Amino acid sequence: MSTTIPMSPSAQPGLLYSEEEEALRAAVRDLLTDHCDPAGVIARTESDAPHDRALWKSLTEGMGLAGLLVPEEYGGQGAGPREAAVVLEELGRAVAPVPYLTSAVVATEALLACDAGDLLAELASGRRIGALGVGLHLAPGAAFTAVRLEGGALHGELTGIADAAVADVLLVPADDGGLYAVDAADATVTAQTSLDLTRPVATVALDGAPGRRLGDADTAVRRALRAGAGLLASEQLGLADWSLTETVRYLKERKQFNRPVGGFQALKHRLAQLWLEVVHLRAAARNASDALATGRDADVAVAVAQAYAAAVAVRAAEEALQLHGGIGMTWEHPVHLYLKRAKADSIAYGTAGAHRAALAGLVELPAP
Amino acid sequence: MTDTEELRRRTAELLAAHPPADTDRLDFLRARFDAGLAWVHFPEGLGGLGAPRSLQPVVDAELAAAGAPDNDPRRIGIGLGMAAPTILQYGTEEQKRRFLRPLWTGEEVWCQLFSEPGAGSDLAALGTRAVREGEDWVVNGQKVWTSSAHLARWAILIARTDPDVPKHRGITYFVCDMTDPGVEVRPLRQITGEAEFNEVFLTGVRIPDSRRLGEVGDGWRVAQTTLNNERVAIGGARLPREGGMIGPVSKTWRERPELRTHDLHQRLLKLWVEAEVARLTGERLRQQLVAGHPGPEGAGMKLAFARLNQEISGLEVELRGEEGLLYDDWTMRRPELVDFTGRDAGYRYLRSKGNSIEGGTSEVLLNIVAERVLGLPAEPRTDKDVAWKDLAR
Repeated sequence: MSTTIPMSPSAQPGLLYSEEEEALRAAVRDLLTDHCDPAGVIARTESDAPHDRALWKSLTEGMGLAGLLVPEEYGGQGAGPREAAVVLEELGRAVAPVPYLTSAVVATEALLACDAGDLLAELASGRRIGALGVGLHLAPGAAFTAVRLEGGALHGELTGIADAAVADVLLVPADDGGLYAVDAADATVTAQTSLDLTRPVATVALDGAPGRRLGDADTAVRRALRAGAGLLASEQLGLADWSLTETVRYLKERKQFNRPVGGFQALKHRLAQLWLEVVHLRAAARNASDALATGRDADVAVAVAQAYAAAVAVRAAEEALQLHGGIGMTWEHPVHLYLKRAKADSIAYGTAGAHRAALAGLVELPAP
Repeated sequence: MTDTEELRRRTAELLAAHPPADTDRLDFLRARFDAGLAWVHFPEGLGGLGAPRSLQPVVDAELAAAGAPDNDPRRIGIGLGMAAPTILQYGTEEQKRRFLRPLWTGEEVWCQLFSEPGAGSDLAALGTRAVREGEDWVVNGQKVWTSSAHLARWAILIARTDPDVPKHRGITYFVCDMTDPGVEVRPLRQITGEAEFNEVFLTGVRIPDSRRLGEVGDGWRVAQTTLNNERVAIGGARLPREGGMIGPVSKTWRERPELRTHDLHQRLLKLWVEAEVARLTGERLRQQLVAGHPGPEGAGMKLAFARLNQEISGLEVELRGEEGLLYDDWTMRRPELVDFTGRDAGYRYLRSKGNSIEGGTSEVLLNIVAERVLGLPAEPRTDKDVAWKDLAR
């Protein structure tokens, strides 16, 4: 074995949930059970306001969750990626239409890289929502679009910006290499018809918008996308876990041929296989959040989690749909929300293939 | 309660009384057993101290650092992993005292007489008969897939003692003396060319009733202890990154740029990721055990391990191109050790085919996960209330 490739960190990663993390999970799950039911989410997707602002207010102003990654000196909770990952698991399980990953993780990490104290405090409180102005599909380290800086004002159009429709402040890379804060009121944000109904993307047009330079765009974007990719795995775990749990519950209940459908071996094997993959995804996601928290082995941990998670989450949602039979194909049943989110997540912050390509460099398994 | 400091102190005492450099290997191992440092979670007097299992690495690390000999655990895996936990749970005090010490030191090798030609996944249908004659049981039948039978002093054996009740209820568990003249061991050559396993023919083998483990007719329950430990043993080793089957193929990839293709690259990276995630899953399981919250995840580890070994070794044969057409050696041998990553890629590919069969097929394990972890209903059964003698065969 080569000694130059990064081997396991000497300290083992913490892969369990602490008591505090379990308490946090329970609190978030209770809130979502009461305020984020599938019928409500489906109804909201048919309205002009797919995001649930009341739920966001409860999660942020009520529970302080938008500040988990923000130090206490900036009004945050001074917690970290492990705790944010637990919140994302639960938000994934409920396919909740709130801009947590985009604002409280990705935009917040960009601001942390720029040491932008005032904006951090605003995002940590949840009273303002931030969105990073790079396409949701981009992996950490990928080239991103920069807008033009002319005479101190910003010009250009960005596409595929997740949750921009509810953002108050946009963090936009410009062609001078800087990351700029732009007030959403100074931009034209237009919702794009999106595959994922619960995390829609939008275009952002800037026509001489004023912006405030926060710091270096490359550094900030890379850090933000790495955190987004790493913690997305926990959201994908939540999606997969719901899909499996709900399908198992349904197949114990659903009877055909005078038996519960879940008693047929062909289906049992598929569900057992899926369970095994969810178990594996939990370890990968936990490892990524722990590595982001400690900084040890984080590039490999994030790439491994993202190279693994997408296929599991998508397959879980696809299996849920198939095994629900005809009801799974209806708009009324929530499984399509999970399928759409899981499929969009398989592109978000880089595809599994993009992360495998990154790993090829990180662990020295070079392409031909 | 024995804590880390206490274990370190006792280990230091053992090393002081029996300096490894001046002590015969077997004498040292016996002294270690008698000091309760063999398996610290076993009871006092039986090689342990009743300490938490998670503290064993404390002792192992101190002894390794002092250059102490170990008991070559790979050579006696069946004894350590399967026979010992079963003897501990179901054996009489006399049986525990007689068997556990030489089992642990490796003086006596153990094998397992469970599977039969007619009883594989449906192990409870086994037909080897044990009939009571005075103080003895007389055993007749045939067992198969018995690794180490040619080296073993003792075997754990399950046999049918009552054919007139449903299959699970008429089985009894014994310790069989492999030197009995009625025991005949024949090598069974496998697809690798080797005979790692044996067929064992039992003809009028006499087993004293004092070598029965558990109650008459309770052998199925006793065997569950053995089998659960077998799956832990097969799927549970702690690995560093690139430990296991992914190591050799990654090494070949790095050292042999001329073999690389784009297709193989994508497949290798995918398997590398899966191997790393499986490793993390094993690590998470271990952390749960240490924290005292064993999860159901263990049931699935062997499934993942089997599939990964097969896919990775298959890729490796293909990666080798023209060399993949060759095989190192088809000579019939009877190896003492089973080394899944030993020898070359072709051997690994063929040997790993057994990983999804031995110790419970992947199909049976999927049923176990579905029923015991997910709580899905069992298939309707036609064999549960039928006397063994009336089963279809």
